[in-house]
Amino acid sequence: MAFFSIENIRLKGIACAVPKQETSNWDYDFITEQERKLLIKTTGVEKRRVVSESGLTTADLGMAAAEKLLKETNTNKEEIDILVFVSQTPDYFLPASSVILQNKLGLSKNCMAFDINLGCSGFVYGLSAIGSIMNTAKFKKGLLIAGDISSKAAEREDKSVYPLFGDGASATLLEYDATTEKMTISLQSDGAGYEAIIVRDGGMRKPMTKESFNIKEIAPGISRAPRNLELNGMDVFNFSVTEVPLNVEDFFKRTNTTAQSYDYFVMHQANLLMNETVRKKLGFPAEKVPYSLTKFGNTSSASIPLTIVSELRDKVSRPLSMLLCGFGVGLSWATASIKTNNLICPEIIEL
Amino acid sequence: MREFIQKLEAEFEDIPKGTLTPSTKLKDIEGWGSMHALIVLALADTEYNVALKGEELKKAESIQDLFDLIQQKKASK
Repeated sequence: MAFFSIENIRLKGIACAVPKQETSNWDYDFITEQERKLLIKTTGVEKRRVVSESGLTTADLGMAAAEKLLKETNTNKEEIDILVFVSQTPDYFLPASSVILQNKLGLSKNCMAFDINLGCSGFVYGLSAIGSIMNTAKFKKGLLIAGDISSKAAEREDKSVYPLFGDGASATLLEYDATTEKMTISLQSDGAGYEAIIVRDGGMRKPMTKESFNIKEIAPGISRAPRNLELNGMDVFNFSVTEVPLNVEDFFKRTNTTAQSYDYFVMHQANLLMNETVRKKLGFPAEKVPYSLTKFGNTSSASIPLTIVSELRDKVSRPLSMLLCGFGVGLSWATASIKTNNLICPEIIEL
Repeated sequence: MREFIQKLEAEFEDIPKGTLTPSTKLKDIEGWGSMHALIVLALADTEYNVALKGEELKKAESIQDLFDLIQQKKASK
């Protein structure tokens, strides 16, 4: 059971960066107007930011977010001993984007850096990894960069994927502080559902070939190529509304808390109907559950930090108790309780 | 059954009230698609505490099939 607490690690600040280019699902004319209305009502996604042909990568967005955050927190770069990059859209197969970012950000060569390949659950997984290492090693400061540019893998003629995903990245600064309250984390995985959200071609099992680009109609309104992101909406829905509440209820029991114990429940921004089903099952009132998906869509591992920065920015100066929950591709899901105070959240950067 | 249909019609805002019957075929509902399927999954979960799988839902052809599926899952809990 991957349930544990991490002492002495404090969240100092979060910054996010998104591409300037905005696309609206109201203009998604691949589907009928009636379908568009129902899609927006059900998924909640109205607008998304996309890198389009700008050439921007997740690492570029993450770097802009990190630079802004380091500046606003007056952080001495020499003090950063660990950099973790969470993404499924890295710059290269190899080397790891985290290592490239160590240099580009001007961090010390004494800084350890590695990537984590996770999506929707990735922010919480990233927190667990960087927090554990920092606490064990008594590192002064650490930088967690998480995000994705999922739109790059989405085919426009696949209505089950294209209108859902937006691009973005986040940077979170953590620091060692013996006076801070512990964070508690619960992590789960179920690889039996690996095909629920998948990009089939381009890895070593199915290397990219000409056929990887062949777009075929799978069902009405769903055409895609094997190189595209594929999503089985109903299976993901079933998984999310079943496993997520089970995990969080178990978390409540183990931590002796309830929905009332938290100021905010910040969920991965997957789909409004799905998230609302989870929210209602867990008994969180609507005002405790912020949404950024209307403006940004599903931004994968950036969605939890992006929701904090976009929706809670004016509230983070006071002490807050937050429950974070990410779930999706893997399948993989994770919950964390964190206490913040004077969290520094600069305005969202547009590139 | 009547209650189930009323709930469905309340959720499917784009479908005129009173048009669904137990024998209505899902694919005959105007504009029926994956969003409606998600709404059915959410309804089954919140109102009947039943988690339907995508494959189970795909087998249901009519409103009656849907209703039976939910009842059957509820009974086997």
